[in-house]
Amino acid sequence: MTEKMSRSLSRGLLHTVIIFIALLWLIPTIGVLVTSFRPAQDVANSGWWTVFESIFSSVRLTLRNYEVVLSRLGIGRAFLNSFLITLPATLIPLGIALFAAYALAWMRFFARTFVFMIIIALLMVPLQMTFIPILQIFNKSGLAGTFPGIWLAHSGYGLPLAIYMLYNFISGLPKELFDSASIDGAPPFYIFLYIVLPLSVPIIASLTIFQFLWVWNDLLVALIYLGGTPDVAPITVQISSLVGSYGQDWELLTAAVFISIVPSLAVFFGLQRYFVRGILAGSIKE
Amino acid sequence: MYTKRLTPWFYLIPALAILGFFLVYPSFHTLYLSFFGKRSQVFVGAGNYIYVFTNRVMLTAFRNNVLWVAVFTTVTVFLGLILAVLFDRVKYEVIVKSIIFMPMAISFVSASVIWKFVYAFKPGGTPQIGILNALLDTFHLPPVAWLIEKPWINNLCLVAVGVWVWTGFCMVVLSASYKSIPKQFLEAARIDGAGEWGVFWKVILPLLVPTVIVLATTMVVFVLKIFDIVYVMTNGNFGTEVIANRMYKEMFLFRNFGRSSAIAVVLLLLVLPVMLLNLRRFRREERR
Repeated sequence: MTEKMSRSLSRGLLHTVIIFIALLWLIPTIGVLVTSFRPAQDVANSGWWTVFESIFSSVRLTLRNYEVVLSRLGIGRAFLNSFLITLPATLIPLGIALFAAYALAWMRFFARTFVFMIIIALLMVPLQMTFIPILQIFNKSGLAGTFPGIWLAHSGYGLPLAIYMLYNFISGLPKELFDSASIDGAPPFYIFLYIVLPLSVPIIASLTIFQFLWVWNDLLVALIYLGGTPDVAPITVQISSLVGSYGQDWELLTAAVFISIVPSLAVFFGLQRYFVRGILAGSIKE
Repeated sequence: MYTKRLTPWFYLIPALAILGFFLVYPSFHTLYLSFFGKRSQVFVGAGNYIYVFTNRVMLTAFRNNVLWVAVFTTVTVFLGLILAVLFDRVKYEVIVKSIIFMPMAISFVSASVIWKFVYAFKPGGTPQIGILNALLDTFHLPPVAWLIEKPWINNLCLVAVGVWVWTGFCMVVLSASYKSIPKQFLEAARIDGAGEWGVFWKVILPLLVPTVIVLATTMVVFVLKIFDIVYVMTNGNFGTEVIANRMYKEMFLFRNFGRSSAIAVVLLLLVLPVMLLNLRRFRREERR
C-alpha cells in the first residue's frame, strides 16, 4: 500500500519538500545577515522579517553596527588575530605531515607498522586528554597566550589526520614511478620534491581547506591556550565573550558573526570541490 | 648503509616529536593526574572517578551526552541519507546541496549565535524578534523559552544546531556512495515491481550500510566531545551540561586538575572501542 502511495508521490510534492528544506536551512543565516544591517531600535522592537513586509515604505538600513563592532568591540583586532593564528597553524602541520607520510608510504624500515598504528590511535584521542599538561608547560615556558604556542598546539592536533590522509593518497601513487626514479639513482629527497609533491597537489589542497576551516572555527583550543586575552584572541573567542556581555544587542552580535563567516564561506565556496574530495578521501576508505 | 637506514627517520622525526609532545606524553600525564587531588599533590586513588560517576551535574552531563549521541547521530545520518537520495532526482541538485552543506563552513560559535537569535524569547504580549516564537505568535500560542525549558526542549534545541551544521557532511558522503550504485540495480528492482519506497529500503539502504556505519561512528566519536554549542548558548545551565563543558569548567573555573583529568580520561574510555576497532582493521589490511 505504501508503495502505491509513494508511486503517486508527484514531482510537485518532491520540489515542495526540497525547497522547504532548503529554506529551513537558509532562513537562520538570512535573519542574521538582515539584522546586522538594521538600527538597534528596530532590531529590539520588530522581527527582521518585517523588513520584507515594508520593502518600499520605511526600511532603515545602516552600516553602523559594523562600525561599532569592528572598532569598539574588538572584532577588527580579533579578525586579524584569527588570520595570524590560522595561516601558520595550517601550513606548519601540513609541511611536517607531508614528510612523514612520504616516509611511511614509500620507505621500508624498522617499526614502520608500529609508528603507523600510533598515528591511527592518536586520530581518536580527545584533545581534552592533553590540555592540562600542555598548559602547564606553556605557562612555565611563556608560550601560553602567544601565537607560536597556539600554532604549535594546532600543529600537534592537526597532524594525525593530515598524515593519515596524505599517507592514503601517497601510498596509492603508482609504484613504477618510484621504481624507475630510484633505478635512475634519484635520492629520496628528489623523489619527494619532484614526484610526490606535484602529484599530491589535489590532496594538499583538500587538507589545507580542512585545517584552515578547523583552525578558523576553533574555540576550545584558543580558549585553553590563549586564555581570552583580547590582544591575541581570535574572532571565535571574541564573539563568545560578546554573547556574554552584549547578549541582547542582536544587531551587534549578528554583525560580528557575519564578519567571522565571510572568510570561511569564501574559502568554502571557492574551493568546495577540493573540500568535498577531501571529505570523501578521509571518511570512506576502500 | 647507516645513512640509508636513518633516512626515514629524518622525514619522520619532526612529526614524531610534535605528536609525542602534544598528544602522547600529555595523555599519559593526564591519566596520572586523574588519580591525584585538586592541585596534583595528594594521591586520591579512584576518588575523582567516584566523583565523576556520582556527582549530580556529572550525571546530567552523561544523560545529555547520551541524548546528543543518540539524536545527533541518528538525525544527521538519516536526514543526510534522505536528502542525498531526494536531491539526486532534481536538476538543481548542486544548488540545494550547497545550501545544506554551507553551515559546515560556519563555526559552532557563529552557528550558536545564529540559532540563539532564532530561539530568542520575549514575554508574551511584546513583539517577538525570534522567528520561532513569532511563528507561535501568529498561531496565537504563548511564546516558549526554548533554551530554558528543561529537560528536553532546551537540550533538543541545542542538538538541532549541531544537526544544522553537520547534516551536510553526511549528505555529501552518502550522496557520493549513492551515486556509485550502478543504476541498473535500481532499474532492475523497479522492473520487478518495487515501488520507490521498496527500492529505497531493499536496494539502496543495504548497499549503503557500510558507509552509514563508518559515518555513524565518526559522528558518535565527534559528538561525544561536543563543547562549543553548549558553552556559547547556555554554558551548561538549565540542565544542559555536557561532559566536555564540565571538563573545561573543572579546569578553568574550579582549578581542579584531578577531577578535570578524570573527566578527560572518561572521554577517552568512551572512544576507546572505536580506536581499537580501527587498529584491528588496519592490522588486517596491513597483513594482506
